[in-house]
Amino acid sequence: MTNASTSPGSSPSPNMGVFFDVEFTQELRQQMLKFALLQVRDEQLAEDAVQEAMISAYQNIDRFARQAALKTWVFSILKNKVIDLLRKEKRHTAASQLEEGPNINGEALIDALFTENGHWQKSERPRKWDDPDHGVENEHFWRVFDACLNALPEKYGRLFMMREFLEMETSEICYNEELTITNLNVTLYRARLRLRECLEDNWYAAEPTS
Amino acid sequence: MNCKQATQLLSEKLDRPLNAKEKVSLGVHTTICVSCRRFSHQVEELRTISKRYVEESKSE
Repeated sequence: MTNASTSPGSSPSPNMGVFFDVEFTQELRQQMLKFALLQVRDEQLAEDAVQEAMISAYQNIDRFARQAALKTWVFSILKNKVIDLLRKEKRHTAASQLEEGPNINGEALIDALFTENGHWQKSERPRKWDDPDHGVENEHFWRVFDACLNALPEKYGRLFMMREFLEMETSEICYNEELTITNLNVTLYRARLRLRECLEDNWYAAEPTS
Repeated sequence: MNCKQATQLLSEKLDRPLNAKEKVSLGVHTTICVSCRRFSHQVEELRTISKRYVEESKSE
């Protein structure tokens, strides 16, 4: 696939400048691709979604006087494309398989975190997280967050991102994924347990890396 | 209510409105349980972080 190229011949609109900024365009593409790939784990489909979003931005170029406005707009297009892709995508893998991941998950996770009578295991009790500003703006934090997302079993990551990144309603996710609401609630719960723990272990409770 | 049940409800609270009975039991539990209070704050923080993550993708 080639980068979106601006068509020669037609008289360029006054705002075309944002697309002639090669560095800006390439960087934007990379950011979009990263965002799409996280959720659509098929490189070709993700590329296509990014491409389509870029093309619609190009077609509506007159609306954008500033790069920031274009970015916001192109990302909302991309978000909708990702939702469409997730809607269309048929799952070939049994849901149970998708719960597997590099760490313990499912019932085993719950058993590891809580005692038999349902209280937190002493070693697993949530610790106090420092002020959220502590590094949330920081690049290293986002690397840790990425790694934690990627460490989630596919099913957890997918449903978590549908809910929290794409802000889909639970009824829509259930319909789309052919899940009962109970099943969705349990999966989101487990995803949050895993993610919370991963962030705590690798960021909030980790040694500062100054 | 124990911590396992409380944490599940604290997660569900982000996805559906809790009923009155659930709210009361949860309120009682989190009043006495510091770990679940922290958990509550942290799952909400996960939501904030996720929103920022999407924002960050746009503005990096």
